[in-house]
Parts: sequence; structure tokens; C-alpha cells
Amino acid sequence: MATVASPEAARRVQRLERVWRERPGLLGWLTTCDHKRIGILYLFTSLAFFAAGGVEALLVRTQLIRPDNGLLGPEKFDQMMTTHGVTMIFLFVIPISIGAFGNYLVPLMIGSRDMAFPRMNALSYWLFLASGIFIYTGLFLGHGPNAGWFDYVPLGSKQYDPGPNVDFYALGLIFNGVSSTAAAINFIVTIFKLRAPGMSLNRMPLFCYAFLAVSFALIFALPPLNVALGFLELDRRLGFHFFDVAHGGDALMWQHLFWIFGHPEVYIIILPAFGIATSIIPTFTRRKMVAFPLVALAEILVAFIGFGVWVHHMFATGLSSITLVYFAAASLIIVVPSGIQLFAWITTLNTGRPEFKTPLLFICGFIIFFLLGGLSGVMFAAIPFDQQLTDTYFVVAHFHFVIFGAAVFPILGGLYYWFPKVTGRMYHERTGQLSFWLAFTGTALTFFPMHIVGLLGMPRRVYTYPGGMGWSDYNLLESIGAYVLASGLFLIVANLLVSAFRGVRVGPDPWGGATLEWATSSPPPDYNFPVIPKVTSAYAMWDREDREEDARKLTRGDLVLERGHETPASTVLDADWDEILEMPSDSPWPITLAAAAAGVFAFLLLGHWLVAGVFGGLCLAVLAAWHRQEPQLA
Amino acid sequence: MAGRLRLLVPIVCSTAFAGCGGGQSPLSPKSKPAHDISTLWWWMLAVASVVFLGAVFMITIAWLRRKREGLPYLGRRENVANGLVVVFGLLVPVAVLGVVFVIANLVVTKDTDAPAAGSTAMSIHVIGHQWFWEVRYQGTPAVTANEIHIPVRTRVDVAVNTADVIHSFWVPELNRKIDMIPGQTGRILLYADRPGQYRGQCAEFCGVQHAHMAMKVIAEPAATFRGWLANQSRPARAPTTPAQRLGRQTFLTTACSDCHTLRGTAARGVIGPDLTHLMSRSTLAALTIPNRPDELARWILDPQHVKPGNKMPGLKLDAAETRNLVDFLESLK
Repeated sequence: MATVASPEAARRVQRLERVWRERPGLLGWLTTCDHKRIGILYLFTSLAFFAAGGVEALLVRTQLIRPDNGLLGPEKFDQMMTTHGVTMIFLFVIPISIGAFGNYLVPLMIGSRDMAFPRMNALSYWLFLASGIFIYTGLFLGHGPNAGWFDYVPLGSKQYDPGPNVDFYALGLIFNGVSSTAAAINFIVTIFKLRAPGMSLNRMPLFCYAFLAVSFALIFALPPLNVALGFLELDRRLGFHFFDVAHGGDALMWQHLFWIFGHPEVYIIILPAFGIATSIIPTFTRRKMVAFPLVALAEILVAFIGFGVWVHHMFATGLSSITLVYFAAASLIIVVPSGIQLFAWITTLNTGRPEFKTPLLFICGFIIFFLLGGLSGVMFAAIPFDQQLTDTYFVVAHFHFVIFGAAVFPILGGLYYWFPKVTGRMYHERTGQLSFWLAFTGTALTFFPMHIVGLLGMPRRVYTYPGGMGWSDYNLLESIGAYVLASGLFLIVANLLVSAFRGVRVGPDPWGGATLEWATSSPPPDYNFPVIPKVTSAYAMWDREDREEDARKLTRGDLVLERGHETPASTVLDADWDEILEMPSDSPWPITLAAAAAGVFAFLLLGHWLVAGVFGGLCLAVLAAWHRQEPQLA
Repeated sequence: MAGRLRLLVPIVCSTAFAGCGGGQSPLSPKSKPAHDISTLWWWMLAVASVVFLGAVFMITIAWLRRKREGLPYLGRRENVANGLVVVFGLLVPVAVLGVVFVIANLVVTKDTDAPAAGSTAMSIHVIGHQWFWEVRYQGTPAVTANEIHIPVRTRVDVAVNTADVIHSFWVPELNRKIDMIPGQTGRILLYADRPGQYRGQCAEFCGVQHAHMAMKVIAEPAATFRGWLANQSRPARAPTTPAQRLGRQTFLTTACSDCHTLRGTAARGVIGPDLTHLMSRSTLAALTIPNRPDELARWILDPQHVKPGNKMPGLKLDAAETRNLVDFLESLK
């Protein structure tokens, strides 16, 4: 509940409470359209998938702990290795960063009361959950995806992979893509239109820049993936020949389509992490980010240039030299915006007054791992080196430092940083620091030796390897590291879970944070802010007069909007006052639509086209019901 | 630095071990292309180390000065901080990346390109199969598998294809890798500075036995190589003992001949490796097990145990049949 100064203010807040009250109980969670609740649903679901992907990783590492090990057979190993990749990318990192952090924080940071399309937001979540269950159903039936997460054809074609494994993968990812596309559109509109009046684009937090860039990248990256997956299913199910060389198809086309999606995807994974880093660093160094406009520009540029580098995944396929040189140049150019951001973070640390609490420790870990992954990434833009080391453990080391070390460490730091906001309680600091050191040591121990075994010639995706190659000791070390890392992650979860019930209670702003989520109580009320906050800079919370003005506005009844379920919309660039939006309340339709869509995909998988069509019709019916007029609130 | 890390590269080949035919480390180059790549790596490592240590140094400084105001001399002046970002985050990286681009992608890459037409002394055709390598010597009838003989200090043009899924031909001590993609032919140079065995392995995930798709390149003096190739070009030897004759009978009348070729006989299968000179090879199943009579018998009777998922069915043979068949195969020198 917000701090209330006067009787008028108290009345207004009471009315807001009544208008925005969420339905209690399980039904409330199933029908909610509140961005914070949806964010929490995303959080727990993606953490569950993180645990599943982690168990798969541990099985893979245990199989590789010594040469000629027999724990997993080759077929099981391939399913574990593939599902680990698919899970971590599509069911963990993207949903937790965009779904959980984005959903919970973006509306709070821009001073809005919800996302632009609350029901579509709920739909995104339920589609994501259903697509995850869809993919895991395959695994539990013994038919998990097994041709690697990029599923090169013809290995992924019917001829060489006749089971339903790849169908679970292809349909599951199309299904998942619908969810991501809806979420991305929602973020773009939210960030463009729902910023508090006064928050012109140059006053928008860098966190939101990152999410804006990610959302645009998602919208342009997913179509090529969906085309590729669609072609693949047509080839596999209906005898088309898109990738079948014997009938005039082209196997290499799959690689182009996949990586036109796949490389921007890397930046989609990492950009939210950049956003989290640029939120945590100013708070714990007590200063604004150095070179703010350059960093904002760099975030956008990374997402943009990311679309022009995909061929560096294909340097060994025998494409012409001129093609390789062009894409190598582009791959080197994209290093520049990352370099700017990296140096901006470090300079901010050095010119501020850093306080190394757990969240900042994770950001320091992130900077170190991002450097490791980034520097080895630069090496892969050297064509001959790439052609020698690609598809070895060196590349496994590289991308794990990028998408685990660099993308996930800020997420872990972010969990600690915003934990008091979400729960109203503080985590245990000493345990937090211990969990950082465990996770940091585990990550370094797991992934650093992979560089060396790669340089010693160990290819990736082998379910076993002979002794006597000089690989065994490093593999043992990596497997031990994986368990150290797992214990660190476990400690984080334990710390947060215990603190959620036992932690010291905190106020709205325990860190002295810079952005608007700290303006409201912890946890925030259903309506987020009793009054739409005044914004005159990108570090709104550090403008004390503006916050005092907010309290006065509440008494005056200015920008409280307590009459209905309302939030203001503003203009795209300057965030001038535009109009008042009537926001929808909870609804049973998103979850119903997701269930009907799950029916479509399930019957497509089973090859019952007609039944799938019936479920498609059901989807349309649900959509029609969805678009009936919203009942007006009192 | 190179010397020290090379000590980490363990002593690679113990003769007793199957699956081992020389080293497989990009850091132990035995030819100019591999050598250039390795030199490129050590230089890039040196530059990357400077950048990495510099950044770690700055984070350490920040940690040492925690809870204190700004850096000495720099303080909180925004223009100084912004200038630092522009210089070290923008200008220095652009210069360094430019140098990397020119050296790696315009100079070194020339050495690892496909060999120019007419610049090589001989041509080999390697075809990837799930899960072995078929090797053909152009201009001769010689066909072998998994063990590629080349004359030392000779430029050899290797053309690569696949018979099924995508594989990648990779002998790291001699050159970079080249993918084997349906419908296209890749080309790469093989050249060995000195005689020896160089291990290679499939580098693109190709299905359940991707892990057991290894090979070796055997570089030998020109005269030895010519003798080897002349022998490989001959048809299979005729059996000389009654047991070998019975074994040959078994080979030609059971499933063996459906998948394997014995040149000069009715066995013309193309699913498995050519076995005409099986005994000239030191390993079986793409370097999975050593080529010894006991291992050969085990492989024939229970191949799915040795290499699960491979395409060879186990044969139901009694002890005498097995003995004769192995006897016959042992004669295919």
C-alpha cells in the first residue's frame, strides 16, 4: 500500500484498491491479466524449466566425466543434449528475462499500471507454458528432440530421424514462437505508448531500451525460424522436398534460415541481461551510467547488426570466400557496440562509489564472463580459426560463457536485486555472496577447461570419447564444476525461498534505486502507483522534488485516475499526454485460447488433420468470445 | 607461452589403444595451413589476454576503492568518463578489430582455402557415411575406409561429399575442417610436413554414432605410399586354405555381401566400407576398436554392442563359421 498523506488521498487510494483488486485464489491466478502476477507465473515456470535443463546438463556432464562411460547410451545422450539446448534457450532464458523480468518491471519502470494488452500478455504466458509441456511430453514419452538444437537437415529429416522426436521439436517451437511474438508486440506498444507523461525517449531507463531492442529483434527473427520449421514439417509429414537434395531441395537452406533467426536470438538472449546490468550498476555505484546515449544507441545497434552476421555459423560449409569475408567483417563490427557497453559499465564502476552487495557481485561476474565469451567470439570472426575450432568444445566454451555467464548471471543478480520489491522482504546477504562465489567458481570450472579440450581437438556433441587423447582430466574437471555450479544455483533458490518467508521486511526503496519501480510500495499494489509519477529524467527516483510532487498530486487528485480501470497513454517520442486507456480486467479467455491452441498442435503432431482443424475452429470461437465488449466496471 | 601450453598437450598415442591414430590437436600443427591457424590463435590469445587482464584490473581497482568517491585525478567529471568510453570502448577496439580482420581474413585465410586447380599432385575423394569414411583414389580402382594414406610433403587435393547426412571432414593437425553437405562438393588441401599418423574426426553432429566416426591420415614416404596404393588397386586375394575358402563362402552367401564390396568377387554392397584390403587397416568401425582377430570376431557377432545404433546387423554364425570367416577376412591383406 502506498504512503498516504491526507484523508482525500486515503479515499482515492481506497477507490483504486477496489477498482484494481485481483480475484483471490487459484481462479484469480488462472484468469489474471495483471502484469506482475503474469511475471511471477513466468518466473516460476521458467525456473522449473531451468531446473529440468539443469538436470539434463548434469546428466550430460556425468556421462562425459570419464572416457568410454556407459551412463547414458548414445540415443539418450542426444535427447538430453538437444533438450538441454532447447530448454535453456526457449523455455528458460527468454521467458525468464522477457516474461518474468520484462513483465514485472517494464510497466513499473515507465510508470504505467499494466502492459498495453493485458489479455494478450496472459495469452503469451499460457501459450509458453503449453509449448513447454508439449516439448517435454515428447521427452517423457522417450521421443525428445534428438538432432541437436539447430536440427540440421537431412539429419532432422524423416529419412534419418523417423520417430516423432523432431516433430515435437518443430511444432513445439512454432507454438513457442507464437507466445514470443505476442509478448514482443506487447512490449513495443507498451514502451512506446504507456510511458508516464514526461518520460520522453531520452528519459527512458536503459533497461527499457534493452527490452525495446529485444522485442523488435524477436519480431523480425522469429519469421525465418517459423518458415524453416514449417518447411521441415511439410517435408517430414506431407512429403515436400524443401530440404531434399535428391528432389531439387537444398539442405544448406535450412542452415541459412535457422541462423538468420539463430544469431539475432543470441542478442535477444543477451540484451535483457545488458538491461539488468544497466539497472544494477547505477544503484550500487551511486552514480548515473556513463555515456548514457552511447549505451542506449549500442543496445539498439546490437539488435540491428545482429541480423547481418548469421553466416559465421556456416564458415566451414564451403561458401565462397567473398561471402565469408563479408560476414566476418560484420561479425567484427558487432563487437564495437558491445565494447562500448562493456567499457561504460566498467567506467561507471570506477568513477562511482561501488558497494559490492550480491547483485553487483553477479554483475561483476557477468562482466568477466562476457569478456571471456566476447573475446573468444571475436576469434570466431577470424575465418580460418573459426573453420578450425567451430564444432569443437572451444565453441561450447564460448557460447556458454556468453549465454550462461553473460546472460544468466545478470538474471541471477536481478533476482536478488528486485527480490525486496516483489516480496517486501530482504534476502540474506552473506548467503547471497556465498551463492555468488559458488556459482562463479562453478561456471569458471565447468566452462573454462572446455576451451582447452577444444584446442586439443575434442568435437562437440560426442556422447563419449576415447582415453589417451589428453581430454579426460579436463572433462573430469568440467563435470565437477557442473556440480559446484548446481550447488550455487540451489543456494540462490534456497536463500530466496527462505527469505520470502523469513526475510527482514523492507520499505519501498531499500537500495536507493534510480528507476520508478522503487517509487511504489514493496510489493507494489495491484494498480502499481497511486498517482502516475512525474518524470523529468532517466533517473526518476533520484529527482526528489518530483517524488514530493507525486504525493501532493495524490491529495489534489491529479493523475490518480481512480474512477475506472485506467492508465494514461502518451505520445511515442516526447511522451506528451495523449489519452486515458480503459484497461481490461481478468479474463478466462487467454487460458482457454491457449488450451485450444495446444489441441491444434497436439493433433497436428498425431497427424489427425481434421481434429486439428476442429481445434483451430475452436480457437476462432474463443477469439470471438474474447472480443465481446468488456463489462464496464462500477 | 606456446611451449608451456604445449606441455599440457599430453602424450597422445599409446599403441595399445583403439581409437587412436596420432594426435588430433589444432595446437600441434604438422602442415603450413594448420601452423598458420595455430600462430593466429596464439597472437589472438595474447591480444585477448591484454584486454581481459586490463578489464579485470579495472574491476579490481573498483573493488579496492569501494565505498569511496571516484578515481583519483578523474573524479566524477562526466566528460572524462565519456572520453574513456569513446577511446577504450570505441576507437581502440575498432583499430584492433581492423588488424584482426586484415591478418586473419585477408592473409591467413588464403592458406586454408581450397587448393588452386593444378596446384596439387594427386586427388582423393572422401565420402562421409553414417558412420565411416569412404576413401577413393582418383585414377585408380583403390577404395578404402577410415585410414587415408598420403605421400609426405605432397600437396593432395581432397574432394569431400556425403552419402547421407552432413558430416565434417577434419584432420586438425593438417588443416581446418570442411563440411560434407548433400548436393555439393567441398575441397581442402592435405599436406603433411613429416611422416606420421594424424587423427581426424567427424566434426558435425551426424547421429547416434557421431562420437565413433574417426579416421586417420597416414603420411608416408613416396615409395611406401606407391607400394600401398598399388596393393590397394588390386582385387581381393583369392583364399589359399580350405578354411579361408569356407569363410569366403560364408561372406558371399550371408548378409555380408549385401553391404560390403570385395573387389573381384560377387560382393558389391555399398552400405558398409569396402573390405577388399581389410587387413591393411589397423582399426575397425572408424577407429572404434583395433583390427585384431578377436576384436573382428566380436564385431561380426555383436556390432550393436561395440557401436550401438550403427548399421551393421549381428550375424548368427556358429563357432566354426565365425572362425572360418575371420580366417578369410584375415587373409585380405
